[in-house]
Amino acid sequence: MSAVVGQGAPIEDPAKIKVETPFRRFCSEFAESKLALGGLIVISIIILVAILAPFISPQDPYDLAVLDIMDGRLEPGEKSGDGSITYWLGTDDQGRDMLSGIMYGLRISLTVGAGSAFIAVMIGASLGLAAAYAGGRTDSIIMRVVDLQLSFPSILVALMILAFLGKSVTNVIIAIVVVEWAYYARTVRGTALVERRREYIEAAECLALPRYRILFRHLLPNCLPPLIVIGTMQVARAIALEATLSFLGLGVPITEPSLGLLIANGYEYMLSGKYWISFYPGIALLVTIVAINLVGDQLRDVLNPRLQK
Amino acid sequence: MSVYLLRRLIQAGGVVLAMSIIVFIGVFAIGDPVEILISPDADQMERERAVAALGLDKPLWHQYLIFLGKAAQGDLGRSFVFNEPALELILQRMPATLELAFAATFGAILIGLPLGLYAGLRPNSVGSKAIMAGSILGFSLPTFWVGLMLIMVFAVQLGWLPSTGRGDTVEVLGTRWSFLTWNGLQHLAMPALNLALFKISLVIRLTRAGVRETMLMDYVKFARAKGLSPFRVTFVHVFKNILIPVVTVTGLEFGSTIAFSVVTESIFAWPGMGKLIIDSINVLDRPVIVAYLMIVVLMFITINLIVDLMYSVLDPRVRLESK
Repeated sequence: MSAVVGQGAPIEDPAKIKVETPFRRFCSEFAESKLALGGLIVISIIILVAILAPFISPQDPYDLAVLDIMDGRLEPGEKSGDGSITYWLGTDDQGRDMLSGIMYGLRISLTVGAGSAFIAVMIGASLGLAAAYAGGRTDSIIMRVVDLQLSFPSILVALMILAFLGKSVTNVIIAIVVVEWAYYARTVRGTALVERRREYIEAAECLALPRYRILFRHLLPNCLPPLIVIGTMQVARAIALEATLSFLGLGVPITEPSLGLLIANGYEYMLSGKYWISFYPGIALLVTIVAINLVGDQLRDVLNPRLQK
Repeated sequence: MSVYLLRRLIQAGGVVLAMSIIVFIGVFAIGDPVEILISPDADQMERERAVAALGLDKPLWHQYLIFLGKAAQGDLGRSFVFNEPALELILQRMPATLELAFAATFGAILIGLPLGLYAGLRPNSVGSKAIMAGSILGFSLPTFWVGLMLIMVFAVQLGWLPSTGRGDTVEVLGTRWSFLTWNGLQHLAMPALNLALFKISLVIRLTRAGVRETMLMDYVKFARAKGLSPFRVTFVHVFKNILIPVVTVTGLEFGSTIAFSVVTESIFAWPGMGKLIIDSINVLDRPVIVAYLMIVVLMFITINLIVDLMYSVLDPRVRLESK
């Protein structure tokens, strides 16, 4: 009997004791920074607000029928003419509730930012992997293009593309993708070059696994940590770039204002002291970008093997 | 060194050529200049004559060679809007942009270097944490929004600084400069700070990271063990070695400062070439767009070249590797 008990105990133990898996260690290290944790919570709230905007916003800012021009440029906290809504963040020149405008603007800003970052990761990571794995001429051609592009600032490349293609949401996304893929390509190539010489790749090659399988199942997962860090930061940069382009009047059309365009709309009223039309969308933009950067910053510290304790 | 220089020069020439092809194809092949230049009610004959006059009936490579030949002579076409040579138009506005960019770069180093040094030497102090939090903010804040807020606070609420334009200028060496008059300096302050914001954060981070890494090096330990004063260790042993990345990045950033001045110039109505390009894109003034892109590309390549050369002077390993 005692032998059975003795055998039973160690089997139960692992379930009770928290095993330190890499993921758990990652989570606990990430949570060490309360600032980053706060950032993560803020991002979650912002995403939730953006998704739920049609249900929780006080007004549909795209529905011209509900807009009342008489409510234009009301200060924050004022009520509409018929007393039905309180404009907590004021209204813009067309009597649009700023709070609703910001919620809908977030949808566009986040979609453009995250969408373009996603496409850029796909393209950049694939080319970076290919460059590192193939080496030789493929590598030098891809990296030449990357170097060439990275020597020009994002805004210039984006301006160039929008000047060539004209302005539209699609073209803004194209511009951001073109700007960003090179960052991913360079990052992935750098890591992949190191990983490529490891024994597990050699083993996979000895097993004669197909090339795409080695690339995407063996090499890519091991290149992920720096890619995640860069990816997080680049989403923030993409959102900021979109806002900047929209502010300059080269981005999204006026019918679907993103945060940048909302800010641009308020620009002319700012000089007469009507600050809220530009101020609050800017705060929303700022909070989004800061939160993403805080998370990215902590991710970099946690995932950087050089700083690992 | 001369071999290295020659190789870099040839590379730079190649990049200029590549960029000219991209700009040419982008502007000339995607849009149809006939649509813009010829009135819609022109008949077939007139159209054909115009196409022939513009050289658009020739094959693309031939058109490109003509474009290149004219560009080499400084002829980048005439602005549709101003009816002036596009190149001249850009060059007229360049000093204003350069002034702004220099002021911003200078300000960034003046503010960023000491703050970064402090944050690197005392990484755990409250001051350093505040500096680093501030630098995250500097990276995160969208330039254009900060510009608006600066106008709101300093121009509208406090009324300390003017919100738009260059103010009084003084003519020196044939161009007008704002920074030589008090009024011009007041006009310059806000746009320059606005443009410098990102760079201040960058310099802080670079300096801090450099200091922290260098402090762990054996030669710093040795210098300390030798009994050198902390001042000498910091400013001779550490400072010299962190200067390489700071110089490189600040130099490289100078080009992007010029590019990003597009945003600042639009906000503060600073009459530089950045404002010109945005206006030109909005009215599809193609020759000006082409001229701007080619000039900025040329500027960039020159800056990169200078930085590379400086780098090879500061860090002999670069030269050795290229041999």
